[in-house]
Parts: sequence; structure tokens; C-alpha cells
Amino acid sequence: MKSREWIPGMLIIVALMGFSKLSPSFFDINFLLANSTLYAEIGLLAVGMTFVIITGNIDLSVGSNMILTGCLTAKLLESGCPMIVAIGAACIMGTVFGALNGWLVAKLELPSFLVTLGTMAFYRGVAQAMLGPASVKLPPEFKGVDGYMFIGLPWPLFIFVMASLVCGLILHCTVFGRWVFAVGTNEAASRYSGIPVDRVKILAFAMTGFLAGVSGLLLDSRLGIVRHDLSRGIELDAITVAVLGGVSILGGKGSMLGTFLALFLIAVIKTGMGLGNVKAEYQLTIIGVLLITAALAMNFADLMQMRYKSKKRTPVSPA
Amino acid sequence: MTKLIPLFIVALTIVGCGTTKPSAGTPAPPASGASTKLRVVYIPKSTGNPYFNQVEAGFEKAATEFGFEFDTQGPAAADPTSQLPIIKEQVQRGVDVIAITPNSPDALNEALDEARAKGIIVIAVDADLTGNESHRDVAVLPTDFALIGPSQVELLGKMINYEGDFAILSATTDAPNQNAWIEGMKTALKDPKYAKMKLVSIAYGDDESQKSSTEMEGLLTKFPNLRGVISPTSVGLAAATQVLENSGEYVGGAQAKNGGIVLTGLSTPDQLRKAVEKGVVQSFQLWSPADMGYLAGYLGTQLKDKKLELKSGENVEVPGGKPIAIGANNVLFAGPLMTFDKTNIDQYHF
Repeated sequence: MKSREWIPGMLIIVALMGFSKLSPSFFDINFLLANSTLYAEIGLLAVGMTFVIITGNIDLSVGSNMILTGCLTAKLLESGCPMIVAIGAACIMGTVFGALNGWLVAKLELPSFLVTLGTMAFYRGVAQAMLGPASVKLPPEFKGVDGYMFIGLPWPLFIFVMASLVCGLILHCTVFGRWVFAVGTNEAASRYSGIPVDRVKILAFAMTGFLAGVSGLLLDSRLGIVRHDLSRGIELDAITVAVLGGVSILGGKGSMLGTFLALFLIAVIKTGMGLGNVKAEYQLTIIGVLLITAALAMNFADLMQMRYKSKKRTPVSPA
Repeated sequence: MTKLIPLFIVALTIVGCGTTKPSAGTPAPPASGASTKLRVVYIPKSTGNPYFNQVEAGFEKAATEFGFEFDTQGPAAADPTSQLPIIKEQVQRGVDVIAITPNSPDALNEALDEARAKGIIVIAVDADLTGNESHRDVAVLPTDFALIGPSQVELLGKMINYEGDFAILSATTDAPNQNAWIEGMKTALKDPKYAKMKLVSIAYGDDESQKSSTEMEGLLTKFPNLRGVISPTSVGLAAATQVLENSGEYVGGAQAKNGGIVLTGLSTPDQLRKAVEKGVVQSFQLWSPADMGYLAGYLGTQLKDKKLELKSGENVEVPGGKPIAIGANNVLFAGPLMTFDKTNIDQYHF
């Protein structure tokens, strides 16, 4: 039992089987794929959140960043800016907004909860101030990315899978990735061992911002319109996914595979409950219970692992 | 020991699945359409709102009368995007009619188009997709707002024998609905029937309890011959009721002068239930949310069965009711204002 990913992994299988039995319209692969596009944005934000949480921080501003980027991109497109330029601009804007969080956290040594609580309000505020109550329409050629398939997957899902893969490699197979874990495990020790702690933090927030920018593009294209008050609370959905996937809210622990699986778990459970016409209030209750149960199970698994390790060590007795 | 953990999780999940089973309700019929009954779903702004529960009651009434299956599924919070997954899930469940009170006039466009492309009838209920009417088949709105002013004047007139001074307690000076209704009242007053009724003042309580109370107190002291007050806003009406109850100047109250002051306006029954029981307010009005559900249920199933075609300018004959005019853009008004008083308020809970 080396990792904690088996928890969401197994739950997905159980949920798939359960819902297929409950609702005859559930197990329709085309529908499940099409419906997954609704969760791609949450997934991208959760991938970024995985980095930030592992460094021992949190980013509450991802949803607002996504909306602000989405709004600004829509404005750009509306004013006749070529699509490829607008897409590039969105990626840069998202990254800058994210890096600003990181800079405030790292250089000014402010708690990330406070900084991002502030930018959460600030980014949405800017979006509202710039656009007012009206929504911006996207040009027709920009719309409907969720309707196009690429190697059998709808584009938003493909982008999420690729983002998880690339970010998983960065997190688990590079020096930067090791630094992310080190900063989250013990910041002072990391500093004394020569890890550029500030740079790691800023980069983690910037990557999250980049992914928020991409999410903004997906949202724009999926809805065909954008407004300052869309997707409220999506930051909490992203945190839920990361934590359900085994990322420790205290930092230093977690994996991209866990986040990846947890997104599908949440998507499968929400879709299944929706098709079974489970009322919204019960859906929330069930998600809540699931989260707490997963947290308990993971704590329990960690405890067992520690005992197992210490048992292994004890036999080193004089022969 | 570690081998027990997976078992533990599986057990928990199975327990979890077990509890969802009863609420899953009616099993979805197979896609082949073995069930001949049409399936209608209503998506409110959010769950747990008594107003939308009334709309649902109207749908249920229509469901028993016209023989369709009715279900309701709303988001936990009234967020513009929270209705999107529900629309997609209902399309997948294979419903025939989606009635929705939209949380956004445009964020649902793409999802509703998808539904309509599959032959599902989409009806906007209570609020229209303003500016995006092409993304739904028909809209069922509460009542013709042009008739609210005249209807309120008539209600007050009847209670004061069409004679005496009266005032209006409104919300803010720039509220479009309020101003349109006040204009409607002024126009109605030109009718010789109301010649002896005189509008002496229009006060603005800004839809704040405290300000509305102060304004109401001001009206009572400034106009000693006042016979009536109309407050076409539920906040203003509730505040005015409180002031009138404390001063005892209502009809039959301890301090009533020359017959007492008649207070009326627009409000939900829940907010004025106590006042009506005590006699502080005799009657007031509001549109009927249930009528909207009933009409939408009827329209949806008729349109799906192609038994009905909507042409603006014509009328729809609804069983057991007056014919309803089809307005421009396929907008229909569910019915006239309903008057609530001691005799009927117990039947309404919203």
C-alpha cells in the first residue's frame, strides 16, 4: 500500500457500477464523455491547486482569475482581435494574475489564504467594473469547443488529460517537483538547503494562474457568453477535488494521479445523482459525507503505513 | 490489517448507494419509449423556495389532469451556470418537455439549443430569456404587468366605496416596475367610476423596512383624512402593516377614525397571513405561481404532441379557464392577479 490513490480509484469503479444499476440512461459512453466537459474547468483548476496546496498554500482566487481572463478575452475578440492572439493573451493574463498572488505570498510574506481571499474579490470586482451587468457574446467561430472531438475525447477533456499528464510529470519527475514537496514539508529546512523557496511558490501560483486562464477560454467557448458572476464557488470545487484525491491540506503530500482520479469520481457521482434525480440538497450531503470519509480513510491509511514501516525496521535486532 | 481498508470503503459506498435508491424515484423508462406518458421536468432557480414550490404544485395539478409524468430538479444555489448540468442530465434522461426558470438570460443558450435539437420543448417560466427568445419555444410569465395598476385601484376602491383620499407607498423612485404600475394607477383613476377617489401622495420607502415605516408614519400624520394606502411592494406593505397595527387606525382598530384606514398592495400570502388574521389588512393581491405551472404543463405536452401551434395574436384555449392571448415572441401571461383575503389565504403557502 504505497500510495493513497486507490481510494478515489476504487470509489470510481464502485460508483460506475452502482449508477449503471440505478439508472438505465447512465452508462452511455457518448453522454458521459460529453458531460465530462462540464467538469474540465474544475479539473484544470484542481491540477493547479494540487501544486499550490502541496507547497503548503491555497489559492482561493482561481475562479475569479478564470472569469476575469474569460471576460477580457471576450472583450478582445469582440474588438476584432484575431483568435490566436486572444488565446495567447488569455494564457498570459491568467499566468500574470496567478504570479501576482505568488509574488504577494512569497515576497511580502503574507498568508496565501488572505492574499487570495483578497484577489478573489478583486479579480471578480475588476471583471464586473469593466463589463457591468451585461454579458459579452463570443464570436460564433469561437463557440462550442466542447462539441469537437480529438482522438475520441471532447477537446476540454483532452486538454484536462494532457494538463494532468504534463503537470504530473513536472510534479513527480523533475527537480522543481521535488522542491514543491520540500517547501510544503518544511519551508525553513528547504530554505537552508538552498532551495529557491520564493521562486518555487511564485511558479506554483503562476502555473495555477495559467491553468485558470485556459479554463476561462474553455468556459467562454462552452457557454458562448461570459459574465462576471458565472461559476461562483468553483474554487471550492477545485479544492474539494484536490483534497479528495489525497492532497494534504497541510502541504507536502499528494499526487497528480490522485487529483486526476478524484475529478472523475466527482464527475461520475454528480452525473449519476443528477440522472437518478437525487435532489440538490441530498447531492450536497452525499458529497460532504464522501469528502469527510475519504479524509478519514486516508488518515487511517497513513497511520497503517507508518506502523507497517516501523514493524519492518524493528527486526534489526542483534542476531 | 491494511487489507481491511478497501473493504471498509466498499461497504461505506454500498451503504451510500443504498440511501440514494429511494430518492432516485421513478426509474427512467428505457430509451425505446415503452411508456406512452410524456415526461415533463421543471427546473426552478433553486430548490427550497416556497414560491417555486407553488409553481410545482401547478405542474402537478396539470400532470394529473392531462396525464403526464412530472418531476422537478433544481440547483442548490441560484447560480447562472448551476442549471447547466441539470439541463444536460434531463436531456439524457429523455424527457419530452423542459420548463425552466432561468438564472441567466443567456448562459443557458447552448444547452437549451442542444435540448431543442433533440425535439424537447423548452419553456421559460416566471422569467423570460430576455434578448434570447429564440432559444426557447414559449415563455409563461406571471401576469400582464399593464393590468396591475388598474387592478390595485379597483381592489382599494371596492373596500372604501370608491370615495376618499389615498396614498401610494412605493419602493425606490427609479424602480421601473413600480413606476409603470403607478402610471397604470393614475390612468385608471381617470375612469369616472373613481371620480371621488383622490391620490394625495406618493411616498418612497426604498424597499427598506425602516424607511418604509417612517414614510408610512409620515403619511398617517400628514393626511388626517386618509382612507387608503396602496403599497405595491411586499417590503413596503409589510412595514406599513406593522405601523398601522401599532397605531390602531385600521378598519375596526382601537384608534380608527372615519371608518379606519384600508391598506392593500402586492405581497405573498405568507408575509401577510398574521395581518389578515388580525384584520389589519383585509385583502391584497399577487399573481398566482401555480397558474404558471399549470399553463406551462398544458402547453408543453400539447406542443410536444403537435396538438397546438402558437401564433402570436391568437388565443390558447386552456381547459377550465379563460382563453389566453399569445403575445409577440410567444409570450403568454398565466392569469390575472389573485386577491387574497380571510376566506382563501389558508389555501396558499408561499
